[in-house]
Amino acid sequence: MKLFDDRVLTFAAFLVAAEIALALCAPAIAPYDPLAQSIAARLKGPSAAHLLGTDQLGRDVLARILFGMRATLLDCVLAVGFALGVGGAIGIGAAFFRSWFERLAMRIMDVIFAFPVMLLAIGVIAMLGPRASSATLAIAIIYTPIFARLLRGPALVVCEAEYVTAARAIGASGWAIVIRHLLPNLASVILVQTSLALSSAILVEASLSFLGLGAQPPMPSLGLMLAEGRNFLMLSPWSAVFAGSAILLIAFGFNLLGDALRDKLDPRLAKA
Amino acid sequence: MLKHLLLPRLLDLVIVAFGVSVIAFLMIRMIPGDAVALMLGANSEVTPQALAELRNRIGLDQPLLSQYLRWASAALHGDLGTSLWTGRPVVEEILANIWPTLELTLLALVIGAGLAVPLGCLMARRRGRGADMALRVVTVLGLTMPSFWLGIVLILLASRLLPGFASLGYVPFVENPFGNLARMTLPALALALPILAGLSRLIRSAMLDSLGQDYIRTARAKGAPERVILYKHALRNALIPFVTHLGITAGYLLGGAIVVEEVFAIPGLGRLILGGVSERNYPLVQATILMVTIGFVVLNFAIDVIYGLIDPRLRH
Repeated sequence: MKLFDDRVLTFAAFLVAAEIALALCAPAIAPYDPLAQSIAARLKGPSAAHLLGTDQLGRDVLARILFGMRATLLDCVLAVGFALGVGGAIGIGAAFFRSWFERLAMRIMDVIFAFPVMLLAIGVIAMLGPRASSATLAIAIIYTPIFARLLRGPALVVCEAEYVTAARAIGASGWAIVIRHLLPNLASVILVQTSLALSSAILVEASLSFLGLGAQPPMPSLGLMLAEGRNFLMLSPWSAVFAGSAILLIAFGFNLLGDALRDKLDPRLAKA
Repeated sequence: MLKHLLLPRLLDLVIVAFGVSVIAFLMIRMIPGDAVALMLGANSEVTPQALAELRNRIGLDQPLLSQYLRWASAALHGDLGTSLWTGRPVVEEILANIWPTLELTLLALVIGAGLAVPLGCLMARRRGRGADMALRVVTVLGLTMPSFWLGIVLILLASRLLPGFASLGYVPFVENPFGNLARMTLPALALALPILAGLSRLIRSAMLDSLGQDYIRTARAKGAPERVILYKHALRNALIPFVTHLGITAGYLLGGAIVVEEVFAIPGLGRLILGGVSERNYPLVQATILMVTIGFVVLNFAIDVIYGLIDPRLRH
């Protein structure tokens, strides 16, 4: 059991690291300019010149996937980072201050959480206009209440613990308690949930750009590639199939990583 | 006893519904720039008269609080405004488009939840052995499978393997039940497989959790057969978190349905709201979000109450 978990964890960490490296190095390793068109070489299958083929405008699919991964990962890391910062502060603050702050803040979080994810995203994008930055903001808003709700519970447990009472008794300041006791104790929850949130955020981002609500053409975006490739499915499915596989692989890596971390770090799961 | 269960939750429901309505109300008001000019500019010529007329129709020329009161009281009477381009009440447009979406969501929920219980039980029973490990990896894969991609792959497969199979479009169930179900099969599968993965993992961990409890040890000690232990004692308790999760799943499915409808050319809520976004038909977008979200708030309230009824520990 332990060995299996370790293996899954190693595999997932390796996969995620490789994906991040590919995305970061996209400008250096992409074989072509992702926007360069070549009408003569359109809708081609994989070949030595174009490893993953070309799309309907003759653009290199591999280059577009690398840049699309880069855009998706950057946007999702930004959005989930924002949600973790704001939502985490609200959840931990609620557990720390209790009383009216907790009730008010968590109520607001409940209200945002009540909206079905895609509808909330569509609402935000309808207001701000369809573009990549609107989709990023929409994802940030969606995950804020999720982090607030996820972190409040464990933070409450730590706040009620005797060693925190003891720290207060010897006159530790609020910041000292948050930094020295709360954050280290919440680290594993934060790590697991951030990884899982990134996985689903990537799917939300891909869905939004698939629907034309995120990145706009001609920018390389995985969801958009899938939407455009869909129209040429019978002629040449390569662009759609590879873009979809890239989305799947990134989301899979982060999900597996979160899952393996949880199995390893959650003592409740380890003993049963 | 029932009062104890119902009242605090009813209060929650009212507060959350109020908050949802405030956010939906503010949507149009928080658009950067002149929302009315944006709305008009999307489809017709902007004249000062048309601007003033539309502004007055939506009520944007009044103080915010009275705007909200006017809007909310109209909403409570079933009037959520009129669609900018067709002039029809938006409620009518939503009701005309809601059935395919509801059918798709419901079918996917039945498929996903129905298969998740046996799969989850199987994984819990075989924890750590081959079948469990294989299913765990497969379910993570399923969980991260974008349903729109799955939909495209299914269409591609159907076109190669079953050339005569009509996989796109929609016919109402009352007109042609067989054609309806045939066309709904692929979209429902595309939507259901990701949630099947998530729900079966939920059942697995809930089963493992309840299998570790004292009452299971007691049942084993008194010599109860393994089948009774698994299905009567463990599964019944594992179903409690499962049932609460169904509400969230339904919300997730609805979002997925919007995308899957686009893939399979099904004229449902997804088509309606996406058309609304591209035409800047804000009243339509606002009303769709409000109606569907309130629907989910009420659904989750109902699930919460049912949960209280089936779990005797929560009754007191």
